[in-house]
Amino acid sequence: MKEEVKLMKGNEAIAHAAVRYGVDGYFGYPITPQSEVLETLEALMPWETTGMVVLQAESEVSSINMVYGGAAMGKAVMTSSSSPGISLMQEGMSYIAAGELPALVVNVMRGGPGLGTIHPSQSDYFQATRGGGHGDYHFIVLAPATVQEMADFVALGFDLAFKYRTPAMILADGIVGQMMEKVVLPPQRPRRTAAEIAEQCPWAVTGRPEGRAPNIATTLELDSAVMEKNNERFQRTYAEIEKAEVRYQEYFTDDADYLMVAFGSVARICLKAIEDARSQGIKIGLLRPITLWPFPYKEISRLAEKVKGMLVVELNAGQMIQDVRLATEGRVPVYHFGRMGGIVPDPQQVLESFMAHFPEASNNSI
Amino acid sequence: MSEYIKSPENKVYSKPRLLNDKHMHYCPGCSHGVVHKLVAEVIEEMGLEHEAIGIAPVGCAVFAYSYLDIDWIEAAHGRAPAVATACKRLDPSRLVFTYQGDGDLAAIGTAETIHAANRGENIAIIFINNAIYGMTGGQMAPTTLEGMVTATTPYGRRVDLNGYPLKITNLLAQLPGTCLVTRQAVHTPAAVRKAKASIKEAFRNSMEGRGTSIVEIVSTCNSGWKMSPAKANQWMVDNMFPEYPLGDLKNTAKQ
Repeated sequence: MKEEVKLMKGNEAIAHAAVRYGVDGYFGYPITPQSEVLETLEALMPWETTGMVVLQAESEVSSINMVYGGAAMGKAVMTSSSSPGISLMQEGMSYIAAGELPALVVNVMRGGPGLGTIHPSQSDYFQATRGGGHGDYHFIVLAPATVQEMADFVALGFDLAFKYRTPAMILADGIVGQMMEKVVLPPQRPRRTAAEIAEQCPWAVTGRPEGRAPNIATTLELDSAVMEKNNERFQRTYAEIEKAEVRYQEYFTDDADYLMVAFGSVARICLKAIEDARSQGIKIGLLRPITLWPFPYKEISRLAEKVKGMLVVELNAGQMIQDVRLATEGRVPVYHFGRMGGIVPDPQQVLESFMAHFPEASNNSI
Repeated sequence: MSEYIKSPENKVYSKPRLLNDKHMHYCPGCSHGVVHKLVAEVIEEMGLEHEAIGIAPVGCAVFAYSYLDIDWIEAAHGRAPAVATACKRLDPSRLVFTYQGDGDLAAIGTAETIHAANRGENIAIIFINNAIYGMTGGQMAPTTLEGMVTATTPYGRRVDLNGYPLKITNLLAQLPGTCLVTRQAVHTPAAVRKAKASIKEAFRNSMEGRGTSIVEIVSTCNSGWKMSPAKANQWMVDNMFPEYPLGDLKNTAKQ
């Protein structure tokens, strides 16, 4: 398959991108608003072409443990779900992180808590960026704002996961999962051969060849002294990731008097609000974190020196704002505007919230 | 060792090569050691040591990976059949087997067990049923007998409070995805030989892609049962076997 330009949903783009990346296995369970990932993969029948395994599991618990098994074999394996299903996967995520295994998990967030709603949300930010399950661990969290990024982050997520031997998550909201946009799908990459896996992943559980000691994927260590060493190794990896893998995008920050911080689709709503504000002479910039963990603390800290205040816009009660406040260290006022339960604000509401928090902005504008 | 063997031609038994010399953490008298040895022997005899991927459970056998020199994955509690499903599907040329206890397989992992078997995954499941949670200190298992005293049923299991002993193997035998469902024991040399033959058949089924095989080993937990090993064997014969009778529940190769 060559590079192709298509019109499709974000969820469908993830499925196409997975096949084209040369993913070895997808294991998932239907849940709205992301079931198109599994549906598209079943329709594409990649087991006939690339040999990719696609399996509808009996639960999210089973899905993530299938991913754990495949990851332990050094295979490129993934799952996708939405908020309640991702909660069910947290034990498995903790095992995958503790096993230092690469894997990709997609969370197309819906409104919670509980069974909540099927409508878009960003209320799993805390869960995603703080590890989510038990123990001290992180995984790399990528927040797509476009259907193109849904596709691109499959490759980026796997590349980072294998580079650092840690799970990666695409943390999308229901909007970017469900909306259709133009997307450039990459050309087909071959799946890795057994020889390539053996070479690139010497730790992989493949069946022990002659002359090699057994490979054992385990997260159990009853000797506390060794377990502390293991934790120190995990933390060193996380420090490396924090140093090298922060990704973000800035818009209009060069001359900005104020800053909005938003991720995912909400960043695009903010961008429209900012364009409207700028037409009235109010100079607002936008910082869109692309990696939510590692978080762009440094960049926000730098911008805190330049702007008079910040508004964090999210589809939740105020989660990422805690990281923005950690970055600004009280140097500028940081306010929050959020809608919950599946409600998505329009640019007008974002701007109204901004003006309510920073009324002086309009006085300065003329 | 060989220099100590005066007449090698008379040697009739060797410890399987795949079973290493690490000290096992199992209690003296426990069935796990025997079953580990059988698994090692079968893998060796079938020439599958380079193909074998074992999935260890949570429970007493959590450290199974320490004793058999093959590749292993240690699964989360109850999830071994899900892990095995992925491994076998991602590389059908491998021998993929799980080794699970009654709590792991028949309580927390019931869904994974039944659905893996119902999909007919080409995996072998070794199921140690000793009617108790050994690792955590002798609490009630789903397979605990009625009236049996455990740490969490100090006055004996009451079916009105705790439900009935779960014959999960009988359930699995109903599923079209299973090809071999058998119940064995390792308390006598004859039983050990039969159990070994069943494990071998299960592993052969995995390699030939015939569906899911379950080998239940009705076992003793003399520490958890608070008996001597010899008494535990007798107690198992008298009490466990009537509830969990030995023999094939299903063997499609013989039908």
